[in-house]
Amino acid sequence: MSEAPAPAIDALGQFRLSPVIGALGFSQSNVFMIVSAVLTLALLYFGMRPKAVVPGRFQALAEYAYEGIMGMCTETIGHEGRKFFPFVFTLFFFILFGNLLGLLPFSFTYTSHIVVTFTLALIVFLLTTIVAIAIHGTHFFSYFWPSGAPVALAPLIVPVEIISYFSRLVSLPVRLFANMVAGHVMFEVFASFVVMLGGAGLVGGIAAVFPLGINVILMGFELLVAFLQAYVFAILTCIYLHDAVHLH
Amino acid sequence: MDPIAAKSLGAGIAVIALAGVGIGIGNIFSSLVSSVARNPASRDQVFGLGILGFALTEAVALFALLIAFLILFT
Repeated sequence: MSEAPAPAIDALGQFRLSPVIGALGFSQSNVFMIVSAVLTLALLYFGMRPKAVVPGRFQALAEYAYEGIMGMCTETIGHEGRKFFPFVFTLFFFILFGNLLGLLPFSFTYTSHIVVTFTLALIVFLLTTIVAIAIHGTHFFSYFWPSGAPVALAPLIVPVEIISYFSRLVSLPVRLFANMVAGHVMFEVFASFVVMLGGAGLVGGIAAVFPLGINVILMGFELLVAFLQAYVFAILTCIYLHDAVHLH
Repeated sequence: MDPIAAKSLGAGIAVIALAGVGIGIGNIFSSLVSSVARNPASRDQVFGLGILGFALTEAVALFALLIAFLILFT
């Protein structure tokens, strides 16, 4: 940023936090978290208020969301999935609205901070571990030993299984965080190309249409990614919970 | 070497990983197409799995891209 030559692209500046209530450490990231929580509640509250037999648009959306997540839970985790439905639903909508709100101009994507995604992943990790220990007791540790493997391979398999168990804590948050950061940095880079080319006379102005068009396409792609990453986070949570409930 | 040139080279090297990701995503969609062609009734089920695989593979590309961005912009 500072050491690069003259027309530098400040691609990471958009992720900087600025305090809203400085004394509490309350930044615009927290504001958007509250907005997303309010939007989720509003969707469910106002969507389900008509209680119509033939749903309107809002009610259809709320019902579709409810049934979609419920289907994901029961299909992936099994019969016990109903117990975890509120957790997965909250997680999905918190991430989904975070990603989608971040696409609005002048807004902030709180899922682009690894602290936020790591905290979410840590909650999932602790929950799955606690659920597994609560259901299976010490039998939980057989999770690290695939049944039927030759005993001679134990010193090799057990550490690998333990590492793969803990690597969830890395892969789960970094996947979401990297998707969001990469998407927003690409927006910034192509938008900077438009500005740079626009300042370079008539030919540059015409050429500037191309990065602008790419940004339009990227916006469509990012809408897909915003939904997909929330879905992936939720379904991986379901898969981990399935492992915790059933042990393999 | 000039540090800025080294940075650009490093960022370029970092995204070589995208070759593997390209092969991976191609594999996912080619098997998605062939499985839907064999059994069109399974489309809804298989499509979700394919998209999940796509997202997981794409994440690897983004790890590499993120490293490139970190090299370039910090």
